[in-house]
Amino acid sequence: MLKSGGHIDRDTEVITVQNVSKSFGDLHVLRGVDLHLFKGENLVVLGRSGTGKSVLIKLISGLLKPDLGTIEVLGEHVDELSEKELQQLRLKIGFSFQNSALYDSMTVRENLEFPLVRNKRHLSRGEINHEVEDVLDAVGLLHTINQMPSELSGGQRKRIGIARTLILRPEIMLYDEPTAGLDPITCIEINGLINEVQEKYKTSSIIITHDLACAKSVGDRIVMLLDGKFEREGEFDQIFDTDDERVKPFYDYNFIT
Amino acid sequence: MIKKIQRILIELANIHRFVMRFYREVFMPPYEFKEIIRQCYEVGWKSLPLISLTGFITGVVFTNQSRPSLAEFGATSWLPALISIAIIRALAPLVTALIASGKVGSQIGAELGSMRVTEQIDAMEVSGTNPFKFLVVSRVLATTITIPILSFYTAGVGLIGAFLSVNQSENTSFTVYFDQVFEAVTYLDIFSLVLKAVVFGFTIGIVGCYQGYHSSKGTEGVGRAANWAVVMSMFLIFIEEILIVQIIQAMRA
Ligand SMILES: Nc1ncnc2c1ncn2[C@@H]1O[C@H](COP(=O)(O)OP(=O)(O)OP(=O)(O)O)[C@@H](O)[C@H]1O
Ligand SMILES: [Mg+2]
Repeated sequence: MLKSGGHIDRDTEVITVQNVSKSFGDLHVLRGVDLHLFKGENLVVLGRSGTGKSVLIKLISGLLKPDLGTIEVLGEHVDELSEKELQQLRLKIGFSFQNSALYDSMTVRENLEFPLVRNKRHLSRGEINHEVEDVLDAVGLLHTINQMPSELSGGQRKRIGIARTLILRPEIMLYDEPTAGLDPITCIEINGLINEVQEKYKTSSIIITHDLACAKSVGDRIVMLLDGKFEREGEFDQIFDTDDERVKPFYDYNFIT
Repeated sequence: MIKKIQRILIELANIHRFVMRFYREVFMPPYEFKEIIRQCYEVGWKSLPLISLTGFITGVVFTNQSRPSLAEFGATSWLPALISIAIIRALAPLVTALIASGKVGSQIGAELGSMRVTEQIDAMEVSGTNPFKFLVVSRVLATTITIPILSFYTAGVGLIGAFLSVNQSENTSFTVYFDQVFEAVTYLDIFSLVLKAVVFGFTIGIVGCYQGYHSSKGTEGVGRAANWAVVMSMFLIFIEEILIVQIIQAMRA
């Protein structure tokens, strides 16, 4: 029971990851990962804690460098770009962090303004305010505009974090565990938000999660990271049609069979 | 033992790279004027109460401690000259820098450390802002600009503290005291104060930022960053003090 996904352009790849490996010291986190994200697609990445899901999207956004392999984003090789070019490319990538990473010395308004003021210097004060209120409204938190991040709940912080990345109108969204640690109702809201973002802003997204309900409601396609590689790929029902002991617990636990 | 030396050498190489990166980025636009001014305010204004108190007490105590020795030779009239040289050459920049490394250095270390740990620095980077420039360059410039100003202020407060003591015991008037104070001071003394304060200010900023920026994950990493920022900058300040005194002595000759 996956989403329709009629708007996906299967001829255009916006992210191509080929044979990427990454180790920290003796810890081999990723060992030859391949991943393709098509334009307009919501791709869900499943995997156990510590398998390197966060590392993968940090590689994609150039925060970390791969030991081996190539990463292409919107037609550019991330690891070959100069610092300037990388900065330009990053404006097209929205990165929603696992722990929201809001700037805690700034108000919600200043958090949202930050990328805008610094990257679109031609905008007037009025235009900036308009943009800020617009995305804040899109995530349903207009009333928190003057609050500090420390005054917000975990779910609100997540949504502000997503709003902050949307403000630059990215073509690609990377969500790191958008529903982790939230109550079911907030989870449903966030899932709705992810789908809304995809439709409204025509983004292509990678969504990292262990939450199968989230995977089911937002994913056009699902891949599973097992032992440093993507071993299973497909639609929701295909992924869990297996006796693999590394895969079954995800399903059994989430749907209490 | 060899492991330890190796780690210290690696750390030194990292700091060297950090300082080089500072010099590379400080001259490259865009310039973060607004953030620099905000940081100057943070560094300067917020340490003012503590600096005022310490500077004042230093002046009073130094005067009271020096008086008996001079009195033995019946030379208490030299007190203002002695005080001014001691405060301006040595005490003002050193006291200011030590107070600031405790207050400002640890704050910078903790602030950047917690931004590193909670991925706020990464978030800046992926949203198209150079975090080194925005966070590190602005803070280092702020301490380098502010510590000299604070040092002059400390010298002023210290001289006033000393005046109150001299006025009490020797009945020296305000004008006579300050005439003698300024007569004793040379341009080289002022130069030495500025040179020390600039070097100390830079040290406090760069060490605090380095520790915070490279803080290890976890909350204990933040504590360690703040702690090391203080220990390391105080250590460096003492070494720099010794070196600068040698240089100034050579210039005096
Ligand atoms: N900067 C780093 N330095 C050293 N080790 C790291 C670094 N980043 C990640 N690791 C290690 O890589 C492994 C994978 O980390 P990662 O954060 O990608 O896991 P994850 O799949 O996102 O897990 P979770 O679901 O808990 O978020 C972990 O063992 C982690 O300790
Ligand atoms: Mg993670």
